Amino acid sequence: MSRSIIRADIAEAIYQNIGLSRNESAEIVATILDEISKSLEKGEKVKISSFGSFSVNAKNERVGRNPKTGQEVPITPRRVMTFRPSHILRDLVNKSS
Amino acid sequence: MTKSELIAILAEKNPDFYHRDIERIVNCFFDTISDALARGDRVELRGFGAFSVRHREARRGRNPRTGESVDVESKNVPFFKMGKGMRERLNK
Repeated sequence: MSRSIIRADIAEAIYQNIGLSRNESAEIVATILDEISKSLEKGEKVKISSFGSFSVNAKNERVGRNPKTGQEVPITPRRVMTFRPSHILRDLVNKSS
Repeated sequence: MTKSELIAILAEKNPDFYHRDIERIVNCFFDTISDALARGDRVELRGFGAFSVRHREARRGRNPRTGESVDVESKNVPFFKMGKGMRERLNK
């Protein structure tokens, strides 16, 4: 069974490898995610070399359907975030198959 | 924003850290995610989103330029799903 890695695991890795305190490590993990989020909120693209890029796309309003009842419902226009993995990350994930 | 811009922002917010350590922290952050995905593990960052690995079956594809059939091997691909917190931040 594969498990889930969460924020605390990343903070632990930073604590182990860089030698910040546990508190500082947890804090910087939160700051990294917040700064990426802020940039995306502004509509910017976030490019992390050798990892991938995050971008925000605007979706127009469209007609959706409740799959259970078949009833038509309007889907309001919205912004979504997408991630495009780098080739390095793609290769890394594919090698382990 | 690029990785080096992210590093610059973090350096400004943490004047007591060496710039080189901030670089190592940011690399450690993304390497930890990449390594987990390479093992096939899922990475769940509450409020931001979740990374996982999806399997794609082998299929008969087509070269869109020539229309020629090509065999595409099965593969694993990184997948990201935006989290609820992020969806709210982008749509307020």
